[in-house]
Amino acid sequence: MISPLFLQLIIGILIGLGAGYLGAFMILKRMSLVGDVISHVALPGIAIALMFKVNPFFGAFGALFLAILGIWFLERKTEIPSETLVGIFFALSLALGILITPEQELLEALFGDIAKIAVADVLITAILTAVMFVIMAKIYRGLTLSVISKELAQSVGINVSKTSFLFLLLVAIIVALGLKVTGTFLMGALVIVPAAAAKNIANNLNRYVMMSGFFGAISGLGGILFATYFNLHPGPIVVLTSGVIFLITLLFKK
Amino acid sequence: MADNETVLNVENLGVKFDNNEVLKGLSFFVQKGDVLAIIGPNGAGKSVLFRALLNLIPYSGEVKWMKDLKISYIPQKLSIDNELPLSVEEFMQLKSKDRDKLIKAFRAVGINDEHHIEHHLLKERLGWLSGGQLQRVLIAWAIINEPDVLLFDEPTAGIDVGGEETIYHLLKKLGDSNNITILLISHDLNIVYKYANNVICVNKEMFCYGAPNEVLDPSALMKLYGGEAGFYKHEHSQHEHQ
Repeated sequence: MISPLFLQLIIGILIGLGAGYLGAFMILKRMSLVGDVISHVALPGIAIALMFKVNPFFGAFGALFLAILGIWFLERKTEIPSETLVGIFFALSLALGILITPEQELLEALFGDIAKIAVADVLITAILTAVMFVIMAKIYRGLTLSVISKELAQSVGINVSKTSFLFLLLVAIIVALGLKVTGTFLMGALVIVPAAAAKNIANNLNRYVMMSGFFGAISGLGGILFATYFNLHPGPIVVLTSGVIFLITLLFKK
Repeated sequence: MADNETVLNVENLGVKFDNNEVLKGLSFFVQKGDVLAIIGPNGAGKSVLFRALLNLIPYSGEVKWMKDLKISYIPQKLSIDNELPLSVEEFMQLKSKDRDKLIKAFRAVGINDEHHIEHHLLKERLGWLSGGQLQRVLIAWAIINEPDVLLFDEPTAGIDVGGEETIYHLLKKLGDSNNITILLISHDLNIVYKYANNVICVNKEMFCYGAPNEVLDPSALMKLYGGEAGFYKHEHSQHEHQ
């Protein structure tokens, strides 16, 4: 029998790693706000899944998928991410989600619950995180170039729209997987905070994305250990750990 | 007219954004080794013209490039700020990982000191370079794969006047020594006179086309720029009389 804490730590590390790594590009794409609040969209999805007695992961992923479709569409239509619209829409979906989620499930949906994690959860998370890294390796160049200039990227034959869609899809997957760890309220923070910390101290892209993933993983690991030791709720502690890392990096900001 | 040395032939090119005509009825051609300048006021559709030539946006009419050309493009608007954690080395590697080509490209843009390249320039953040340095690195990026054609949108935006001359000089030298055909968008007529052998004036439609000395007369410029036109021309004639 594998110890539940071991499973929790593995899943915390994987989710932190994936979220941190993707978050690095979220910030480069000037999508900090989107990254921060995207997880809120999952709540009504979870509620609907619970209503129909479907695995909440699918509800969350469905809602997130619709959200990234919307963001992708906005991104194609306008140069500037439509921050206000995204902010309003995501806040409203959180409000709606809180209203329709059954009360006994609400706390878990909002703040996550890793106590019930099974081996299967860890396996699925590990496989999807690995898939994420493979796809990211393929779109890394295009994603980076399109951050500098969409036209520059297009002029060297990169399909900017497809690259962006794949990237956002990966974000939706990792966020949906991470809901178990931090909940819908805080999962977005795990995407943005480690990346913001890495950006403070990294002087090149390679180090930036590596550090971002590393800080995410450390947040997952440290947060869960700390929470277990002091018998606290892990979700918020994981996010607070990333916050502490951010504050430390601020001292060394370049 | 157009023959087998013709790198690009454009016939009756038009671009519409949501039923709004941005470009209309442009026809011109570019010969191998030409330096073609595109001038026009702000919002005249110059950058749109480049995007159409590169097939990045839908257009009407015909854009015909010579077969198997390698085309490099440096757009005007690049989101490179000092917050971007991207080193010069990483930026160059997005185009080519070949170290020899990289050194060669830097040499071509006048950065010769290999010690400086290895230990300073390549490690530097792209966003921390000065305007002039950044332009050189961008040109190096554009020529690293030895293109036949270079499209450069406002090569000197954000560079002081002294540096501006040098960048054009550099582009011209590149064109001459590597047989690169250059299309550039510029706002400085002095530069156009000095370095371009052909010019097209664009403000939605084409107002002039030919050698700068022949077609850039006061009336053409008046039509192109409206009120602000005289300025440039005046400066230029003073310059020439000196």
